[in-house]
Amino acid sequence: MLGRLGFDALPFYSAIAFGGASITVLGGLVVLLLVTYFGKWRYFWEEWLTSLDHKRIGIMYIALALVMLVRGFVDALMMRSQQAIALNSNGYLAPEHFDQVFSSHGTIMIFFMAMPFLTGLINIVVPQQIGARDVAFPFMNSISLWLTAAGAALVMVSLVIGKFSTAGWTGYPPYSGAEYSPGVGVDYWIWALLVSGVGSTMTGINFIVTILKCRAPKMRLMQMPLFTWTTLCTSILMAFAFPALTVVAAMLGLDRILGFHFFTNDAGGNMMNYANLLWIWGHPEVYILILPAFGIYSEVTATFSQKRLFGYASLVYATAAITILSFSVWLHHFFTMGSSPNVNAVFGIATMIIAVPTGVKIFDWVFTMYKGRIIFHPAMLFTIGFLVTFVLGGVSGVLLALPPADYLMHNSTFLVAHFHNVLIPGALFGYFAGFQYWFPKATGFTLNKAWGVRSFWFWIIGFYLAFMPLYALGFLGMSRRMERYDVAEWQPYLIVAAVGALSVLIGIFCQGMQLYVSIRDRNKNIDVTGDPYNGRTLEWQTSSPPAEYNFAKIPDVQEIDAFWDMKQRGVAYAPASDYEDIHLPRNTGVGVILGGLGFLIGFAVTWYIWWLVVLCVLGVAACLITRASQDNTFEIIPAAEIEAHEKARSKALEEHKPAPGDFWT
Amino acid sequence: MDAQTHSAKKLITGFILALILTLIPFAAVWTMAFPVGVIFGIIALCAVVQVGVHLYYFLGINSKAPTEKVLAICFAGILIFLMVGGTLWIMFDLYERMM
Amino acid sequence: MNTYTPKSAGSPGPTEETLDIRDLGFWIYLMTDAIIFSLLFATYVVMFQNTATGPVPSDVFDLEHVFAETMFLLLSSVTFGFASLASIREQKGHAICWLLVTIVFGLGFIYLEVAEFIGMIQSGAGPQTSGFLSAFFTLVGTHGAHVSLGMVGITVMIFQILIKGLTSPVKSRLHRLGMFWHFLDIVWIGIFSIVYMPGWLI
Repeated sequence: MLGRLGFDALPFYSAIAFGGASITVLGGLVVLLLVTYFGKWRYFWEEWLTSLDHKRIGIMYIALALVMLVRGFVDALMMRSQQAIALNSNGYLAPEHFDQVFSSHGTIMIFFMAMPFLTGLINIVVPQQIGARDVAFPFMNSISLWLTAAGAALVMVSLVIGKFSTAGWTGYPPYSGAEYSPGVGVDYWIWALLVSGVGSTMTGINFIVTILKCRAPKMRLMQMPLFTWTTLCTSILMAFAFPALTVVAAMLGLDRILGFHFFTNDAGGNMMNYANLLWIWGHPEVYILILPAFGIYSEVTATFSQKRLFGYASLVYATAAITILSFSVWLHHFFTMGSSPNVNAVFGIATMIIAVPTGVKIFDWVFTMYKGRIIFHPAMLFTIGFLVTFVLGGVSGVLLALPPADYLMHNSTFLVAHFHNVLIPGALFGYFAGFQYWFPKATGFTLNKAWGVRSFWFWIIGFYLAFMPLYALGFLGMSRRMERYDVAEWQPYLIVAAVGALSVLIGIFCQGMQLYVSIRDRNKNIDVTGDPYNGRTLEWQTSSPPAEYNFAKIPDVQEIDAFWDMKQRGVAYAPASDYEDIHLPRNTGVGVILGGLGFLIGFAVTWYIWWLVVLCVLGVAACLITRASQDNTFEIIPAAEIEAHEKARSKALEEHKPAPGDFWT
Repeated sequence: MDAQTHSAKKLITGFILALILTLIPFAAVWTMAFPVGVIFGIIALCAVVQVGVHLYYFLGINSKAPTEKVLAICFAGILIFLMVGGTLWIMFDLYERMM
Repeated sequence: MNTYTPKSAGSPGPTEETLDIRDLGFWIYLMTDAIIFSLLFATYVVMFQNTATGPVPSDVFDLEHVFAETMFLLLSSVTFGFASLASIREQKGHAICWLLVTIVFGLGFIYLEVAEFIGMIQSGAGPQTSGFLSAFFTLVGTHGAHVSLGMVGITVMIFQILIKGLTSPVKSRLHRLGMFWHFLDIVWIGIFSIVYMPGWLI
């Protein structure tokens, strides 16, 4: 009846595992109780969970990302503390548990922190930047969100019921095959990836079409804001790279569940093809993570240097070049597999070529700042921190792109230091900058400055303390993923790294405080104008938070920095009279239901509960057929209501007319 | 979706061409009238042309098709070339080195 | 924000522009599906020599069988084309008839494929036998699953035409389903050209 699910799946075997499970369950219960206590169930269901409004979907994505950031960071703290004390000792984590910790850390940070964070920012901002009222496929957007949440839920459930994978975030066979990993861990991992991967593919399709088809009629491609450009490229990568992940995860699942021989040791399996297929997805994936951050840095640099972006066209072409090149370098993730020198050389050279467009971007940002009047908003601090730190990571990457050097440094902590050095300043700092930058747009009030600055300094100092020692440790010969070691020379470095992790912990605490203080003082920090930084792009034309329809009138775009240009021409807030009815998608709970069914399918396959799988698949079919037969999924906002709403805004703007010195300093 | 892309004449032309391009390789394989290498060439050529015929006659990818659609299929074509070509190159190179 | 209430109960259907947008979205989905199939093809080519102790391709492939499958699928592609044509010309009855014919051909194809699979499994050439057969069953089976899904779609469309008539949203859905169906025929060209014929030759 319940497949291989039994009471022994509960974590009574280890105090630490039980502690983790208890915190997860208690955390969930507290949230449920609070919502019940305040009687907000109906509100959440009607206004949030079933919402097809891209701005609300974006906020929910970011909420998910922040929760998963904390979870993934706890894993990181556990690894750093274990390694700090594990000289000739077992530390406090058993080997198998340590393996689960690093596997879930990687999986969570990539799939359930970074992906939802960037998707959330894209959702909130991009439709507004292109003067659109909605995304191309609002319902599909909701499905994407709930499938991502379902994948995250599968990883969280593995804390409580059963164990997570011990095969690392890449799950290489044959170790991850049924023979060596017979438990449920790898199955949790596979299904978390499959379920959320489908969501990411759909997000990609959605935003390609949104950007190509839903722009304000006069906005040409070469007038789009840089963040929209990088979103377009990221969406293309998502749509075209994630199918590879679907294929490889499904094959591993077939091997494990049905006894196929794609990647097994025996019967003609070929586990090297796994590495090949995984990285066909995996390399574009790192650009999926980093390109939106590059877009954010571009917006933030221009706004807070109070200058037009330097080299707009070169940034666009560099982004496009990275998009194509990212599909031609994947072998550098497995140089040591044993390909012939020619193969390794070609992929090594392709990898070094990718550094060129990236370098172009760095210069563009630096030249944008040159002679600008820079405002040190926390978003700008994160951007400057990125510029300095990312160059280090990029240089160590070019070093690793040399196959002979890679043979030496492969699988060492040097590699760990390298990819954290590109992904934390490169991607995560960008998301933080975007969070600080667009927070008033999404919520209607600005974030507290002091706590933002503090969080930046603790993050960047913590980052250097945590990862610079790992570069040195790599040269000293330390392999990655060691839960104990017997080289006394390594320990001081690992202790410094653990101190760095503590500094990051304080940074995260400061971010929590920033949120708390800002929400507490929200009435003092209201963003009346919707344009708190004297912004340049169209999202600053809408009110904060924007009306459901974003723009009452579709903006008239004539320049690259469209809103800046409109302000120059004095037409940014020009009153209109001839409002028209607006059609917007009606809310629907089908997305939530599909996400729930996706979660159940993953859970049921993991535990071999086949009747539940069949039931859920039928449920999915029923949902899709019903939805595909509905013609009227829209509702109308009458012109009179829009007029009333816009008049109220004009009045507020009149009372609070932005003066030149009035902007955020 | 207009009658331009879907006319009965077009459908029938497409069908006849596709039929011919299917029959040629099947006949070549059945009769073994040529050396194996040549037959492979015939199969590959007919397949590529037939894909073109299907795209043109059945899926309406012609000069009047929307630019976005043509761009999308070109981009997918490049990626398929990179992914499949790369996979075959990498994996068969490995096979050779393990002989 | 549900603070806005619709002016009238009968809200409008999607406009021509939204249908155009959906058309492009579906096309890009087909491209992503093409990536999935091309990676399955690549994996098959990488693995077709990995027969271990099991049969080699020429032991298990029957070219006459494949030819029949090919004809069924090609004919169904054309009949779907006629159904689309009938829908553009607002001929409801014709459209339904052509869709029914398409389903018949599709069922013929699936029957042949399932018979082939069952025969292979019974003769000890199931997907668990070797890497080659795992790759074969996954590639051809994925295509077969798509065809089956397509037939579910055709059934739904027949009912939609019967109940709603050939309204603009129904026609647009039929058009997208047609793209899906023609796309599957293109994948099949790859399957008989890359899997069956070379397997039979070598």
